[in-house]
Amino acid sequence: MFPLENAVLCRESQVSTLMALFGERHHFSFPSIFIYGHTASGKTYVMKTLMKTSELPHVIVNCVECFTSRILLEHILNQLNCLTPSKDECTSHIACDSFNDFVRLFKKVTQDQGVDDQTVYIVLDKAEYLREMEANLLPAFLRLQELTNRNVTVIFLSQIVWEKFRPNTGCFEPFIMYFPDYSIGHLQKILSHDHPPEYSADFYAAYINILLGVFYTVCRDLKELRHLAALNFSKYCEPVVKGEANERDTRKLWRNIEPHLKKAMHTVYLREISSSQWEKLQQDDTEMGQLKGLSAHAHVELPYYSKFILIAAYLASYNPTRTDKRFFLKHHGKIKKASFMKKHEKTSNHLLGPKPFPLDRLLAILYSIVDSRVAPTANIFSQINWIIYISTNSTSLCLTLHSISNSCHFHILFIFITSLVTLQLLTLVGHDDQLDGPKYKCTVSLDFVRAIARTVNFDIIKYLYDFL
Amino acid sequence: MSSRKSKNSNLKHGECISQVQRILRERFCHQIPKGNLFGVQAQYKHLIELLKRTAIHGESNSALIIGPRGSGKTMILNQALEELMEIKQVRENVLQVHLNGLLQTNDKIALKEITKQLCLENVVGDKIFGTFAENLSFLLEALKKGDRTTSCPVIFILDEFDLFAHHKNQTLLYNLFDISQSAQTPVAVIGLTCRLDILELLEKRVKSRFSHRQIHLMNSFSFSQYLKIFKEQLTLPEAFPDKHFTEKWNETVQGLSEDKNVKDVLLKHFHASKDLRSLHMLLMLALSHITSSRPFIIPTDLIEANHLCSMDSKANIVHGLSVLEICLLIAMKHLNDIYQDEPFNFQMVYNEFQKFIQRKAHSVYNFEKPVVMKAFEHLQQLELVKVMERTSVNTQREYQLVKLLLDNNQIMDALQKYPNCPTDVRQWAASSLSWL
Repeated sequence: MFPLENAVLCRESQVSTLMALFGERHHFSFPSIFIYGHTASGKTYVMKTLMKTSELPHVIVNCVECFTSRILLEHILNQLNCLTPSKDECTSHIACDSFNDFVRLFKKVTQDQGVDDQTVYIVLDKAEYLREMEANLLPAFLRLQELTNRNVTVIFLSQIVWEKFRPNTGCFEPFIMYFPDYSIGHLQKILSHDHPPEYSADFYAAYINILLGVFYTVCRDLKELRHLAALNFSKYCEPVVKGEANERDTRKLWRNIEPHLKKAMHTVYLREISSSQWEKLQQDDTEMGQLKGLSAHAHVELPYYSKFILIAAYLASYNPTRTDKRFFLKHHGKIKKASFMKKHEKTSNHLLGPKPFPLDRLLAILYSIVDSRVAPTANIFSQINWIIYISTNSTSLCLTLHSISNSCHFHILFIFITSLVTLQLLTLVGHDDQLDGPKYKCTVSLDFVRAIARTVNFDIIKYLYDFL
Repeated sequence: MSSRKSKNSNLKHGECISQVQRILRERFCHQIPKGNLFGVQAQYKHLIELLKRTAIHGESNSALIIGPRGSGKTMILNQALEELMEIKQVRENVLQVHLNGLLQTNDKIALKEITKQLCLENVVGDKIFGTFAENLSFLLEALKKGDRTTSCPVIFILDEFDLFAHHKNQTLLYNLFDISQSAQTPVAVIGLTCRLDILELLEKRVKSRFSHRQIHLMNSFSFSQYLKIFKEQLTLPEAFPDKHFTEKWNETVQGLSEDKNVKDVLLKHFHASKDLRSLHMLLMLALSHITSSRPFIIPTDLIEANHLCSMDSKANIVHGLSVLEICLLIAMKHLNDIYQDEPFNFQMVYNEFQKFIQRKAHSVYNFEKPVVMKAFEHLQQLELVKVMERTSVNTQREYQLVKLLLDNNQIMDALQKYPNCPTDVRQWAASSLSWL
């Protein structure tokens, strides 16, 4: 038992329950066991270690790798074939088409390998993907002991609860076991376990304490925390290495590392930058403000007109149509305050998402916000267009107007709009062949469009209905 | 001298325990059908009469055994077949074909399996048949070899019968029932299914050839019978080598069945599910605690086993969430309360969370939107939050409508057990619509 206990920290009770359930080699056990728990709670690791140290005949399969039933069944049979390393049958590949063949071949292979008097364990990792494969796989695996009439136990590992697996007409219920999540004490113990030998255990434990203090409320995933611990330790040791502080100077060390960890939270934690980039940054000791994550690269440099088209698209998406008159006409009449002010928080467009708008509305708003910044020739046309649009609100009239007066101007604008669609700053809604013209939707966030608007000195907040 | 003697007795004791484990594990996990038939005697008699008529008198029959999962269909069938095979005449003549809907997923595979189980692969060889019916009748003709004028009786057992009804045109079922109606070969077709509405699934032509003989198994025993079954399942058989140990063991079992705590546990279990499979799971769990140092089952084992079997899995999952994720769950709970369970999107949840941070939070830091989004996606991955429609390219992730798959009671219960929950988060959860 000793090597097992050292290998699996904080999981002693789960290991002892499993060992008690397995019993001796020739004893029968539950036909199927379902183990669930959060990701990185040790399910796969404990199972692998337990099987290896107890030298039980087993097969471990990952259902993400083996995504069709054929690959899955062949993988199991071929691994079973290689159980006893002395035989040369490892080289021959067993082909298996259906579960019927699998049952027959399973009986044959276990007999050939000489393990048909012991329990054979089949471990299916990431078992939630079994639900999307063929419908008979999951119920058949649950009953494998009955179908093959052999001593076999199938173990399912998953992070989804059993209630979501159960087929409609019911199935053979497995024994359900829970791997509890690690408490903060457990996490500390496990993380402190892999301290580098150059430093003392207490020093590393203090570092882990600080790390958990920053990240514990956000993330309790052991794998993520280990990754962050490994990445940031060199920065933590920096003052000690440089000689500015010794190992026990907890305040200085904390002051050094804490802003660094906060920065890590919205870059490396979110995978905005890769770990190698992060490590390079730490070594170069550059100013952290210059950090550019993946989403920062979305701030492409747009041409002048495209910026206005984007701003107009944002206004078209997030302002209701009836408010266009108030914002974009130079001489709007009196609008009754009562009907205007009625807005619930729920229907705030910024909560519901962007609405689709027709192309003409975009162009009308565009001409309205651009009029003061462009040559006077376009000015007259824009005013005419706008007035006619508002008074008739008929798309056919708008289109004929466009085709008569502004044809070349319109084509250039259309190219700009299509380029924005390609950049996925706008999306085309509906089909290409719709008779009443294309509809678009603006898919950028408020911060992005405010940054753009600032570069052209346009105060977008003044024009947004939700911010009145 | 005495120490060696005690070591010998301990060794024997250890072996004894191992034997006990082996016998009982086989009984609980491998479902060896040697038990008494509680409450299903009439159905058993019906079934065995039917089988005898086919096996001995050459009469064709068909029947369906219908009952919920775990009610003993396979058990009663296996027991009937065992009893039948004890008759010499039957053993030499009758052939059995076992088919399972989970394994034979279409009729071609089913036909190959029938050929294999009747050991007629050599006879069929490379022949190609035009239709299914031709193939099947050829197989049954082949059984006529020898001096017999009629072929051997064949018993077809179809497990998961309802899955066969989903095959194309229900060819296999049609042909099997057709043969059971015509007088060619004495054939018994027994189907086992858990669906009560199985007859609606059958096509008209198949249904008309079926004899409509249904044997229903409903777990119709009372709690006192359940207790008797409990005792009987734990009792060691007479044939156990160590007589002294058997006596002591059976005494403990008697004591268990009279203990009040054990009776309470069994009553709770009985109310949750009556079938014997869940009882076997409970007993197996209690059995796994037995070692050489503790050779008998005590009531605590059963109480612990019951506790393990009846855990709320979703509450366990919520227990392992981070504080940020718990805050998102509470924000969603408030949205559900205010807007009467209408679907919402991430932006709305983030808005609620911001309101909490700005007004009431002291212990929760104001995290950036992408970090909150990552926590939200984790909840989606755990299937606690479900997207209402498929991901389309047109909608941004923040605006996709989702639904929370936990209800308020579950969230509040989980919060009670959540370790080191900050007090302001707990208060926020308990507060009602005080924002509006």
